[in-house]
Amino acid sequence: MMNNQPKYSPTFSADTLALVQRIIARYPEGKQKSALLPVLHLAQAEFGGWLSPETMDYVASLLGIQPIEVYEVATFYTMFNLKPVGKCVLEVCRTGPCMLRGSDDIIEHLQKKLNIRDGETSADGMFTLKSVECLASCGTAPVMQVGNHYIENLTCENLDGILDRIRSENESKT
Amino acid sequence: MTRQVLLKDINVPGILSYEVYRRQGGYSAVEKALREMTPEQVTEEVKLSGLRGRGGAGFPSGLKWTFINRNAGKPVYLVCNADESEPGTFKDRYLLEHIPHLLIEGMILSSFAIGANTAYIYMRGEFRWIFPILERAIAEARAAGFLGDNILGSGFSLEIYVHPGGGAYICGEETALLESLEGKRGNPRLKPPYFPAVMGLYHCPTLVNNVETLATVPAIVNMGGAEYARIGVGKSTGTKLISASGHINKPGVYEIELGLPVEEFIYSDEYCGGIWKGRKLKAVVAGGSSVPILPADLILKTAKGEPRLMTYESLAEGGFESGTMLGSGGFIVMDETTCIVRNLWNFTRFYHHESCGQCSPCREGTGWMEKVLHRIEHGEGRPHDIDLLDDVAKKIEGKTICPLGDAAAWPVSSAIRHFRDDFEYHIKYPEKVKNPKHFELEPLVSRSHLATA
Ligand SMILES: Cc1cc2nc3c(=O)[nH]c(=O)nc-3n(C[C@H](O)[C@H](O)[C@H](O)COP(=O)(O)O)c2cc1C
Ligand code: SF4
Ligand code: FES
Repeated sequence: MMNNQPKYSPTFSADTLALVQRIIARYPEGKQKSALLPVLHLAQAEFGGWLSPETMDYVASLLGIQPIEVYEVATFYTMFNLKPVGKCVLEVCRTGPCMLRGSDDIIEHLQKKLNIRDGETSADGMFTLKSVECLASCGTAPVMQVGNHYIENLTCENLDGILDRIRSENESKT
Repeated sequence: MTRQVLLKDINVPGILSYEVYRRQGGYSAVEKALREMTPEQVTEEVKLSGLRGRGGAGFPSGLKWTFINRNAGKPVYLVCNADESEPGTFKDRYLLEHIPHLLIEGMILSSFAIGANTAYIYMRGEFRWIFPILERAIAEARAAGFLGDNILGSGFSLEIYVHPGGGAYICGEETALLESLEGKRGNPRLKPPYFPAVMGLYHCPTLVNNVETLATVPAIVNMGGAEYARIGVGKSTGTKLISASGHINKPGVYEIELGLPVEEFIYSDEYCGGIWKGRKLKAVVAGGSSVPILPADLILKTAKGEPRLMTYESLAEGGFESGTMLGSGGFIVMDETTCIVRNLWNFTRFYHHESCGQCSPCREGTGWMEKVLHRIEHGEGRPHDIDLLDDVAKKIEGKTICPLGDAAAWPVSSAIRHFRDDFEYHIKYPEKVKNPKHFELEPLVSRSHLATA
């Protein structure tokens, strides 16, 4: 969104566009707005882990709805990131049952280790820390979501090894 | 061993697949219903079973199904509530992840009963790895002829689709869920007129049921409603999945026969296995974060001194003075080192964060309560803060569009009612409570005596 850069226009791959059509077909005719949440998830995954205004406008055009209808929704749901994030977002549960089993210590440990506060991204652009509410994993607390998976039964001791593993996986990807 | 209805096959290797599920007798309830029963007969069996909604409210399921008007000249929808975001609850995830065909079978039966040809599973978006599991199971069921057009030649057709949420607790509330499914913000709708059974998804008659509720239907059709009703106690028929978390030796999901004594559930090795680290029990939140908290003595025995049972009625015994609710079955256990104020502050912050903001008592009240609790917990509380909190909670209760307001107020009122000593300690010893682990260093023995095994 730096104004000296050319306007970025996101476009889905042909495969994703075909998937979008299949998603729209799940809902009755004329109700394609129902596809908004699933398509926003696809957009966030395909365009760098967050939803820029350009991305949201693109989604609006795909579904034939007004951009404002997309903004309203994107700002309501916490899974959507409205500013750039690191390569890997650590979504750590902070709710009661996790707190009973030490999530406060986990969050503090991550803040110190990565030298960031909640919502911030580490200097190397690798990790964003985001505290989230109950992930429905209270029986294996404390827990964090990383990408498509949960990492459960966290301890301050096993956390460093987990971070190293995630870091090397993400480095080998690029 | 307790009677297992939902989880009996969960450990069979490969139960995730259609083949193994079918080999274990899966989809036989669909064959029975579509070949031998009318939709009304299926509903009748569910009525006879006494099954009550497992999402939290405990409303009789069969009765709810009869509210659906099949003759409104509009399509009828079934929506499975898989939003599972009540803190302390993780049982639906267990079914979705490990035995998806059980839910699909239940959804086919329920759709047949209410005349729905399209069904959606609204699943919280965080369950990213479960989407392919469900989609694969749906494709398998379709390939086997249990979904799609003219299922088993009965003339009944059904498609099931999975829909992701976006991270919002309020979308578990059924009318907010429907708004969300329509691609909007999750603002709950006013009832009346927006009762889902009448004006639900796309303003059409819609049945919203929890994952566990729907997953129970195959067993009811197979064994018959009357037989199912023999499991459990009184009006609490059947089995219930309990998500056990907190300070216990064996957290996890347990299927219990309703009527099990709470004491056995907490201390038996078959279930929670007792309090961790050899400590004493201080409190339990028995039905997910929204229900009243009870101190050890009142969760084990009612105020009348009778053993407390895991049933809708027994947990509610004593009303809000000395009872609580079964709710979603999210059983959160707290040991003697737990700070009730800190826990309540955490939950209240949750409700403030999750309030959709439509009603001012909920939007503003949860914010005030969070602020006051924050200051008490951090050693900045004032003597009149406890009564102020109680007052704000009362001003939210019953005055909002949806029950989230009540869900935020009840934990506050009950914590003050049963643990006033904890609050007073914070105000009396501000320096001590500035250490977040204050009660770990020095447990507070309050009036409500701690329970030993
Ligand atoms: C704030 C709030 C959150 C809720 N969250 C859920 C949920 O995550 N899952 C669920 O099944 N029901 C939830 N409910 C209850 C639903 O509104 C609804 O009663 C339920 O899905 C009906 O299904 P049942 O009759 O099978 O229980 C919630 C209710 C409220 C007020
Ligand atoms: S009670 Fe709270 S969550 Fe429910 S509609 Fe009102 S503001 Fe929204
Ligand atoms: S409180 Fe963390 S997963 Fe439920």
